[in-house]
Amino acid sequence: MPLYLNEDQQMLADTASEFMSEQGSIEKQLRHWRDKGCKDGFGHELWGQFAEMGFTGMMVDEDHGGLGMGHVEAGIVLEQIGRNLTPSPFLTSSVMAASALGAGSDDLKGRWLPGLVEGKSVFAIAVDEGPKHNPQEIKTRAEKSGNGFRLTGAKTFVIQGASADMLVVAARTSGDDSDDEGITLFAVPKDAANMKQDPVRLVDSSMASHVTFDGVELDGDAVIGEVDGGREVLNRMLNAGRAGAAAEGVGVAGGAFDRTTEYLKQRKQFGKLIGEFQALQHRAAHLYSELEIARATAIKAAQMLDEDADKADLMVSVAKAKVGKVARLAVQEGVQMHGGIGMTDEYDIGLFMKRDRALHEFLGDHYFHADRVAKLSGY
Amino acid sequence: MAEDLDAFRAETREWLEANCPEEMRQPVHDERDVYWGGRNAEFKNDAQKAWFEACRDRGYTVPDWPKEYGGAGLTPPQAKVLRQEMARINARPPLSSFGIWMLGPALLHFGTEGQKQRFLNEIARGEIRWCQGYSEPGSGSDLVSMQTFGEDKGDHWVVNGQKIWTSYADEADWIFCLVRTDKNDKYRGITFMLFDMASDGVSTKPIKLISGNSPFCETFMDDVKVPKSYGEDIPGYVGEINRGWDVAKYLLGHEREMISGAGNKERSGSLGPKLARNGIDNPVLRAALAEYDIDALAYGCMGEKFLDELKVGKAHPAQPNMMKYAGTELNKQRHELMMSAGGSRALEWESEETSGGTPARSWLRTKANSIEGGTSEVMLNVIAKRILELPGA
Repeated sequence: MPLYLNEDQQMLADTASEFMSEQGSIEKQLRHWRDKGCKDGFGHELWGQFAEMGFTGMMVDEDHGGLGMGHVEAGIVLEQIGRNLTPSPFLTSSVMAASALGAGSDDLKGRWLPGLVEGKSVFAIAVDEGPKHNPQEIKTRAEKSGNGFRLTGAKTFVIQGASADMLVVAARTSGDDSDDEGITLFAVPKDAANMKQDPVRLVDSSMASHVTFDGVELDGDAVIGEVDGGREVLNRMLNAGRAGAAAEGVGVAGGAFDRTTEYLKQRKQFGKLIGEFQALQHRAAHLYSELEIARATAIKAAQMLDEDADKADLMVSVAKAKVGKVARLAVQEGVQMHGGIGMTDEYDIGLFMKRDRALHEFLGDHYFHADRVAKLSGY
Repeated sequence: MAEDLDAFRAETREWLEANCPEEMRQPVHDERDVYWGGRNAEFKNDAQKAWFEACRDRGYTVPDWPKEYGGAGLTPPQAKVLRQEMARINARPPLSSFGIWMLGPALLHFGTEGQKQRFLNEIARGEIRWCQGYSEPGSGSDLVSMQTFGEDKGDHWVVNGQKIWTSYADEADWIFCLVRTDKNDKYRGITFMLFDMASDGVSTKPIKLISGNSPFCETFMDDVKVPKSYGEDIPGYVGEINRGWDVAKYLLGHEREMISGAGNKERSGSLGPKLARNGIDNPVLRAALAEYDIDALAYGCMGEKFLDELKVGKAHPAQPNMMKYAGTELNKQRHELMMSAGGSRALEWESEETSGGTPARSWLRTKANSIEGGTSEVMLNVIAKRILELPGA
């Protein structure tokens, strides 16, 4: 398969671009909800529009009302989300939770997927337990209790946790904290007793919860996939999320870059457009080059997940790391080249820097994935 | 279509199995492992000869050129399959030459039918080895300021001047050479001439580089007679007289693409796994390798995307500049890391263990990558101007 978009994918990209720049714009969404102090950090109405566009269920199989599309297509939508800094539950609900639920029972799918497809439900992902992503170590425990389980522990960085109808929780049902085996994924409904959420606002205006489970009783049918055999489903979900975050990061970097090159073409100092200065031209050209490479890598990772998911680990980490580095460079250069005005809240460029920080941290930063690349490569 | 391609893959695999000798399925160790062809070429061994001849007879020295010019007429997807299958068994290129990489593409685009029939077939069959006369002592990055002059004498020119950085000029049979034919027009006063290096008045002098090797020469032209025609429909120049700059620019795109190493598996692969065989004790070096591997594997994706897009005309025409910039900077970094990981052993200049100082000499050689064919700084200028359309660039 060639490493560029085919005709159908290009059409999707055009549609998503038009929709997101109109309905998902910074003005209409990010700034609007931020300035209102919205407790969700995103608009439910827009989520409904995502459903009308077919986005919410794009990765859900057709038997459950979705479109059965792949990671490349999801990446196309995510790039536009990134470009417009559109706050939405798309990555966690439509990509990650949908990936996990794909491994679930028919009952579980029947219970949760229709709401997702219709844009009525929002799902959150509860994996991290400390400030740095480390999914190998899972201390949250689920012990057998009657016909079900009893969940005890704490999760953090649960994006939109307080807005979610259901949380996908990774817990340990056996073994030691860092074992591969003994992981089980649960679909925990929002109203579960003894689950407490402490939502906090992050630097990019999104909402994330610290969640504690103090003996949360769950039915056996809350289990996603196999008891004790959840590591593979978890990895697949995390890879889907990482490749998706890479695609979104390409959009964030691209949006920052386009604003910056536009600014270089209109700002005058010393009687010249600042874009005439070679010192800035070379930095912009270097950034262009890096951004092109990052985009190619994000598409490749998504293609590999679609074609041969078992072999995609390395490329997913390469993509998350590379995009992380490049998007970081793009927002830093963006603010610097805007000069003083780049420090103001009125200008959008600073919003890109904030979003990059949060997105980069999500599901493993560049250091995490560089380490993973080395381990997967045998050193 | 996909089924045809599968059949082609099976057929190719079978043919390679039968025709590519075991010795030709190993990485290139020294200069003589590369077969350049030409009037005075010698094969290093029988395997090299057999592999070259098998490919030549099947059109596989230039697989995607038309059959009538010595190629195999493969479609882009077929050519990609052949590349993949050759890479799979680590098959060496049967023939390397500036004719294949540079003059050929220029002739396919600008050449007359007569020129294609003659020169492309000679290139494909490895009969004539070409070199490139572009840079001059006073014209490096500012190539268009070149001064080598051809005085019009009716049916021929008399050329005087000096070229520099002429790769393998001392071993080449013919040269494609930029010659000024109108002193009053900088861009529209250059002609892209073709002539025999054995002509009277042509002399070469190798330049010893920091690597100790001499792959480049100075080339002197002292009253060299260059015919305007080599026979019916075979002009002694490519394109139009005084419009050689168009050909030169087109060719520079190909040169940059080549130097970028796009699609070169050895260069765009990861380094950590290779160096880790001897153990990496230092966590800072391990981290540097991981950073490099991310960049290298990411560049590999970009190479794949670039070549895919190039085949269907989706690539930005100035994109080879970006590929050249990124690819050469990466390759320099690669050799810096290889030297660091190699330690004192990698410093050896003549020892048998290092095949005569290969690590150190290769490291030094890569420093030219971001200079030859347009410096990194020129590449960034071109990106700023032609892709980003920044003002005054």
